Amino acid sequence: MSAVTSWLQNVTTSCSTVFEGLSITFSHFFRKPYTVEYPDRMETRVQDTLPFRYRGMLEVDLEICTGCLACERACPIECIVIDTTKDKATRQLIINRFDIDLAKCMYCGLCSEPCPTGSIHHTREFEGSDYSLESMMRRYVKFPVAAYKPKKTAEDDPEIMPVLERGMRYLDEYAQPEAKPASGTTSSSDTADPGSGPGGAA
Amino acid sequence: MQAFLDTLLGDAAGLERQLGYLAGMVVFGAVVVFGFVLPFAGIVTWAERRIWARIQSRVGPNRVGPFGFLQWLADGVKNILKEDIIPTVADRPLFRFAPYVVMVGFVGAFVCVPFSGDLIIADLNIGILYITAVTSLVVVGILMAGWSSNNRWSLLGGIRAATQIISYEIPASLAIFPAVLLSGTLSMQGIIGEQGAAPWQWHMFHSPFTLLGFGLFFTAALAEGNRTPFDLAEAESELVAGFATEYSGMRSTLFFMAEWGNLYVIGALVTTLYLGGWQVPQFTYNPVLMNLAQVGVFMGKSLACVFFMIWLRATLPRVRVDQLMAMCWKYMVPLAMLSVLGTATMMVALPNGSHTLRMATFAVVVGVVIRFAFKVRFHLKRARKLDYTSLSPGASQGLSS
Repeated sequence: MSAVTSWLQNVTTSCSTVFEGLSITFSHFFRKPYTVEYPDRMETRVQDTLPFRYRGMLEVDLEICTGCLACERACPIECIVIDTTKDKATRQLIINRFDIDLAKCMYCGLCSEPCPTGSIHHTREFEGSDYSLESMMRRYVKFPVAAYKPKKTAEDDPEIMPVLERGMRYLDEYAQPEAKPASGTTSSSDTADPGSGPGGAA
Repeated sequence: MQAFLDTLLGDAAGLERQLGYLAGMVVFGAVVVFGFVLPFAGIVTWAERRIWARIQSRVGPNRVGPFGFLQWLADGVKNILKEDIIPTVADRPLFRFAPYVVMVGFVGAFVCVPFSGDLIIADLNIGILYITAVTSLVVVGILMAGWSSNNRWSLLGGIRAATQIISYEIPASLAIFPAVLLSGTLSMQGIIGEQGAAPWQWHMFHSPFTLLGFGLFFTAALAEGNRTPFDLAEAESELVAGFATEYSGMRSTLFFMAEWGNLYVIGALVTTLYLGGWQVPQFTYNPVLMNLAQVGVFMGKSLACVFFMIWLRATLPRVRVDQLMAMCWKYMVPLAMLSVLGTATMMVALPNGSHTLRMATFAVVVGVVIRFAFKVRFHLKRARKLDYTSLSPGASQGLSS
């Protein structure tokens, strides 16, 4: 008798389990797929969804670079080469060369930490593939330029102000991640919570 | 078909008339094979990948054409252009011949597929027997492919396919019996003619025994078509690609075309035997409109079966060889016997059938479907409300550089 009952039990078990499995898979027709169709079919570029201090490809805002060489010294693999001279007549620091070899860069972020103005910083760009090593060498100085000299008072040059604001914010975010930005930096797009501020303000 | 040709042929007689019939059948056969069967086998690969993808929370092929619909053409062109490699140690004639045997076994079944009241290539009076016989050719081709490849995986796959198909022929044939008993004929059109347009007039709902026969036939047909959960013959994780391991290019495409096209044959058989075929209510006396409606109904039913098979494939894991054999001989053959004997007894006891029993069986199936809908709702509610894809601008942090 037990053979018959186990036989019947096997039949009912297989039927009910198949029924259960089918109901689970069918419910997936009413759910959204998880797939992210990177890179060309996204609502927002991935870059715009990354955090502000994401360590993407390096970039230099030459307008606010003080030419202090802190980044060059900090770089553990010497991928940053800066060449500065002092102009005797005007007593100004001239930057002749500011090269970053992105092929060497290991994205450690050590160069952006000591920068006093936030001039050298990581962007949220990470799609850096290219056809030659030479093109990975970023030369930021085409013609020698004067280094930025911090003012005693607040910066009032309308061209430099937003760049500096951004740089200082970058440094603040490093010191206190997730903290509210200093009250002095009042970017037009800044809301109460920096974590939820919309991108694309700069 | 013959009635339709009679109107075309007019008063031609004798040999001319016979030649006219032949030409009509050949033309319609060619239209069916090249206009429907081969594109269908391709399109169903795309549909299958899309449906699996949605079941697995993916997107599936969606780049080639609208919704990726032209993916099957791209794959076909790729396969045609690929090199056709024949292993040096293979048995060359058999190796080259095997895909054609499989293809003939599969395309031959379409001779008796009744698309509508008039559209059938040939309404043989032994139609269903012919289809079971000609689809058995597939196993010969698979065994040939497995043997001639001179490869252990292929041979194992071929042998597995042979055992599986031969074993499952028995419950499949037995499960055909209830429908044949009820109709009193083996002709496809005859079987459909005995059923009605309303669901409870289908053979499936005649009695609990025919309901059982329907389930058994569907399962056994899946096994004969080498579909998951019974795709032991080409179990990717065990046998590389089974009997098709050594095949490349167009020859392997022929195997897969037969496999996917077989889905439609299975769907059409189930539809014909148990789901009322092309039966629609007589809403007009215009033969063209009637035939169109019948084709639509038949296609709808058989495509629903195809969808169900794809869905099953995405749901169930592959069974083991011993489980496969146990399921066939210990469970399905006795149950199929029960189905045949039960139907025969019912026919003796109630020669005109019982309307109450029909409605009761129908109600049970409707109840199962409603229960299923509630189950699905339950699983949807229980699903985690996680959305990894919410890459909206609001989720971004801080300023861009």
